[in-house]
Amino acid sequence: MRGKKGKFIVPGDPVGTIAAQSLGEPGTQMNMRSFHYAGTAEAVPTGLPRVIEVVDARRTPKKPMMDIHVKERYAKDEKKVRKIANNLEHVTLHKIAGMMEDFDKKVILIRVNPSELKRLGLDMRLIRAKIVEFLGNKAKVEQRENKVRIKFSKKEKIINIRKTMNKLKLLHIKGIPRIEKAMIIKEGEKYFIRTGGSNLAEVIKLPEIEVGTVWTNDIMEVNKVFGIEAARNAIVKELKIIMDSQGLPIDIRWLLLLSDAMCKSGTIQAVGRHGLSGHKAGILARAAFEETMKHLVNASIKAEEDKLSGVTENVIIGQIVPIGTGIVKLKFASGRGTQKAKK
Amino acid sequence: MNEHKIAVYVNGKLIGQYYDSGEKLLNLLREQRRIGRLSDQINFSYNPKLKSFYVNTDRGRVRRPYIIVKNGKSMLTDEIKDQLVKGEINFKYLLDNGIVEFLDAGEEENAYVALTEDEITEEHTHLDFDASTIYSVVTASLPYSNHNLSVRNTMACSQTKQALGMYVSNFNIRMDSRSHIMYYPQVPLVQTAAYDFLNLKKRPAGQNFVVAVATYYGYTMKDAIIINKKAIERGLARTVQFKTYKITELMYPGGQKDKFQIPLPTTSGYRGEESYKYLDEDGLISPEVPVSGGDVIVGNTSPPRFLEEISVFGVTEEKRRENSLSIKSGDKGIVDSVMVTNGIDGNRMVKVRVRDIKVPELGDKFSTRHGQKGVIGLIVPEEDMPFSENGIIPDLLINPHAIPSRMTVGHLIEMLGGKAGSVDASIKDGTAFTGDDFESFKKVLADHGFDEYGEEVFYDGLTGKKVKMKIFMGVIYYQRLHHLVSNKIHARSRGPVQLLTHQPTEGRAREGGLRFGEMERDCLVGYGASMLIKERLLDESDKATILVCNQCGSTAVHDYIRNRNYCPVCDSTDVSIVEVSYAFKLLLDEIKSIGIFPRLITSDKAE
Repeated sequence: MRGKKGKFIVPGDPVGTIAAQSLGEPGTQMNMRSFHYAGTAEAVPTGLPRVIEVVDARRTPKKPMMDIHVKERYAKDEKKVRKIANNLEHVTLHKIAGMMEDFDKKVILIRVNPSELKRLGLDMRLIRAKIVEFLGNKAKVEQRENKVRIKFSKKEKIINIRKTMNKLKLLHIKGIPRIEKAMIIKEGEKYFIRTGGSNLAEVIKLPEIEVGTVWTNDIMEVNKVFGIEAARNAIVKELKIIMDSQGLPIDIRWLLLLSDAMCKSGTIQAVGRHGLSGHKAGILARAAFEETMKHLVNASIKAEEDKLSGVTENVIIGQIVPIGTGIVKLKFASGRGTQKAKK
Repeated sequence: MNEHKIAVYVNGKLIGQYYDSGEKLLNLLREQRRIGRLSDQINFSYNPKLKSFYVNTDRGRVRRPYIIVKNGKSMLTDEIKDQLVKGEINFKYLLDNGIVEFLDAGEEENAYVALTEDEITEEHTHLDFDASTIYSVVTASLPYSNHNLSVRNTMACSQTKQALGMYVSNFNIRMDSRSHIMYYPQVPLVQTAAYDFLNLKKRPAGQNFVVAVATYYGYTMKDAIIINKKAIERGLARTVQFKTYKITELMYPGGQKDKFQIPLPTTSGYRGEESYKYLDEDGLISPEVPVSGGDVIVGNTSPPRFLEEISVFGVTEEKRRENSLSIKSGDKGIVDSVMVTNGIDGNRMVKVRVRDIKVPELGDKFSTRHGQKGVIGLIVPEEDMPFSENGIIPDLLINPHAIPSRMTVGHLIEMLGGKAGSVDASIKDGTAFTGDDFESFKKVLADHGFDEYGEEVFYDGLTGKKVKMKIFMGVIYYQRLHHLVSNKIHARSRGPVQLLTHQPTEGRAREGGLRFGEMERDCLVGYGASMLIKERLLDESDKATILVCNQCGSTAVHDYIRNRNYCPVCDSTDVSIVEVSYAFKLLLDEIKSIGIFPRLITSDKAE
C-alpha cells in the first residue's frame, strides 16, 4: 500500500517484533562498543546501561540531570545566569560548616566557613534564624561571629543530641532540594544552567526560568509534573539521545511505538516481568515468559479464558499465528450459495 | 614505632620481628642457603613496601633454576662449563656449590635477572640459562616465536596440542577409545632447542610442506588453503583413525548372564540374518572385515527383563533379548583387531578396534606453528597448480592476506629457513632469541641459485601465463589438526524423535535436527510468514491429533470396541478432532497433574 506521503504499514504487519528487532540488533553493537570505553570516567550512564534504565522505568536515573534555560533577557548575561545557578544549588548546614557535638557539656558547636558564606551571599543572621526556627524551644542558641553554640539542658539525653545533630546537618539553608550542583554552560552567545540532580516541580516555579525549555532526564518526574503525554515524549527523547550518541541509525517511529506501549496504561510500565510482559492478555503468553506457576495458578483460580490472540499462544498450541499472512481469513457465505445449488 | 621493624612470616604465619634492614637479612639467609647450611628448597623474599619478610618452605610452590651472579660475574665460569661437558660434575654439584639456585615466585620479585651473559651489570643478581627458557614446554617448541605477536603464539600452542602425529610407538597394541596416527610424519626442518629435550624428534606431529603465498581464484578466501591433489595422493598429511568399541558380558541378579553369540531368530529384537553375516560362530567379528554404520560387530543376547510365565506345556522357554554391539551411524572402517579379556568385575569383555584411513579432504583443518590455521578450500589437480620457473609445484597455497594484519613474521622466517634447510640438507635452529639468523638463510639460498628472499617467478597452471608478480615460496612445517570433516558432517531430513516430546532429537550422535530457535521464529514473525512458522514448528516437528469434548472441554478418548469417540468426564459423544503440538498436549497433562483443569473451547474454523 502506498499513500501520498510514503509507505504505510500494511494490516497485519508485526510492528512490535520489527520494532524489537530494530532496537535489539543495533543494541548488541552498542554493548560491544561500550567495552571500548572501559576505564574512562563516564559520569553519566550512556549506551546500554542508560537504555536499560529508561526501558525498565527506574524510579530515578543513576545520575539525574537538568538543563535549565533562563529567560531571554538574562541569557547573555553571564553574571546574572551564575547568580541564578547559585540560587539553585541546594545548600545544607554541614556543607558550609564544621559541626561538633560535646556530650559532656551537652552542647553542639557549629563553625561556619566564612568564605563559603561570602560565595553564597549568605550572612550569619540568616543561618542563626534558620537554626532557631528548626530547634524551637528545645535548646538555647548563642551566636558569636561565625560560631554558633547550641546549648541543651543538662538533663537532655545524649541520644536526643545525636538525633538533633543528624537533622541539623541536613538543615536546608538555601536553594532547591535534590539539586546538588549547578554549573553554567555557554552555547553560542547564550548561557544555560546544567544541574546534577533533578527537581522539576520546584525549578519550574522560579520566575527567571523559561519553563518551556527545561529538560530533565528523570522520566518519572516528568510524568508526575506534566503527565503521561509528556513522559511519553520524554522516553522518546531520551532514547533518541542515546541512539544518536552511539551513532546508531534507528527510525524514530520504533521508539515512538516502544514509548506508546510503555505509556498506554496511563502510567509508565517497564518492559519486563513487572510491566508490559507481565500484563499481556494471554495466560499462555505470560506463563511462557516468566513466573509460569504464578500465572497458571492465578488463571485457574479466576477461571480465566485465553482467547489465543497473540503470537506466543498460537506457537504453543500449534496454530497459525494471527500476523502477516495468518491474519487473512476467508469466509464462505453458505446461505445463498448452497440454496441455489439445491435448486 | 621503630622504622626498621620488619615482620617475619614463615609459610604465611607471623613468627616475629627483625630490627635491621630486610635486604641485609635476605642476603644473609641467601648466603647460608648457598653454602649449604640451609636447605636449597627454602626461599626468602622481602617486600620493602609492606616491611614484611617471607620465608617459604611449604610444598606446591613453582620454582625454577637460575645461575647465581656475584659482583657482576656469572658463577657458571668457563672452567665449570668444561667440567660439565666432560661429565666430571653434574647439576647437583652446581646446586650444592652455590652456582645455581632455585627461586620461587616470591623470591623472583627480589631478583634482577640478566637474559644473556653480556648484559650482566653490577646490579644483577641472577642469570638465566637461556632467553628461551622463559617459555613453557609447548611455547618453547614454536620456532621464531620472538618474531610473533603473543596472541599468535598462544593460538599456535593450543593448535600444536591438536596436531595429529605419532603420539606413541605402541599404537598397534593399544586400545585407545579414539586415536589418530600420521602415515609419514616428519621432523621439522626448523626446530628449536626444546626439540632435543622433549623427544619431539622421535614423536613428530606434522610434515614439511612446500608452501607458496598466493591466491587461487578466490578459493583461498578467509584462511582457506589450496592443496595439491597429487601431493595428497602421495600420502601428504594422511592419517589413520583408530576407534575402539567395547562390550561386556554383564551379570544380572538371579544368576543370569549376557551371552556373546549370533542371536537366534527367536530373540526379541532380532535384526535379521543379514545383519550378523560378518560374525563368527563365537559371535565376534574377524579382523580385516570392512564395516560401516549399523553393522553388528559383536552379537550379544541378554536375559529377559521379566520372568516368563510358565507356558501351557509346563516348560519355560526363555525369550532372550537382542543386545548387540554395532558400529555408530556414519562411521566406517576396517576391523583392525579384536581383543577378548576380562573386565574389572571379572566379566568377559570384548574390545574391537576399527581403523579408518583419513585422506585429507575439503574442509579438513591445518595449521602452522604460528597460529596460522586454515581449512582446505579446494583440492587442485597438480597440472592446474601454479608452478615456479624451476618447475617446482607447491603442496599448498595460503592467502597473502593471512600475513599482514596478524604480523606473524616468524611464519615467513620459518618458510625461508625451511627452504634453506632443504637446499643445503640441514636442520635449522629456530629457537626464540638465539636461533639462526635469517640473514644466514639468504646466503644459503643465494649460494644454491635461489632468490635470497625466497621469491620466485611463477606460471599459472591453468593458462600457462607468467604471473605478473614474484611469489614467495618456502618450506614450512604444517600440522594436521584433529577437526576432520568426516567426523563432523551432519544433515537430516527425517529421523528419530524424542520419546517424551515427540520432537526431533538433538545432536549429531543421535542423528538430530537443527534447532529452529526463538530468534529464528521471531524472524519469520517479523516477516509475517505465518504458514511457514506453522510448518516448521508443527508439521515438521511434533504434530499430534487429540480429541476434545465440545461440551466440557476436556480431552476425549476413542473407544475401539464400539468405534466411537466419547468424553470420559461428561460421557458426551460430541467430540472434535483437533491438531495441536504434542508439547501442548504434554502441557495440558502437566497442568492437570498439579490439580488445575484446563478446558479447551472449540469453535468452527470458518467462524
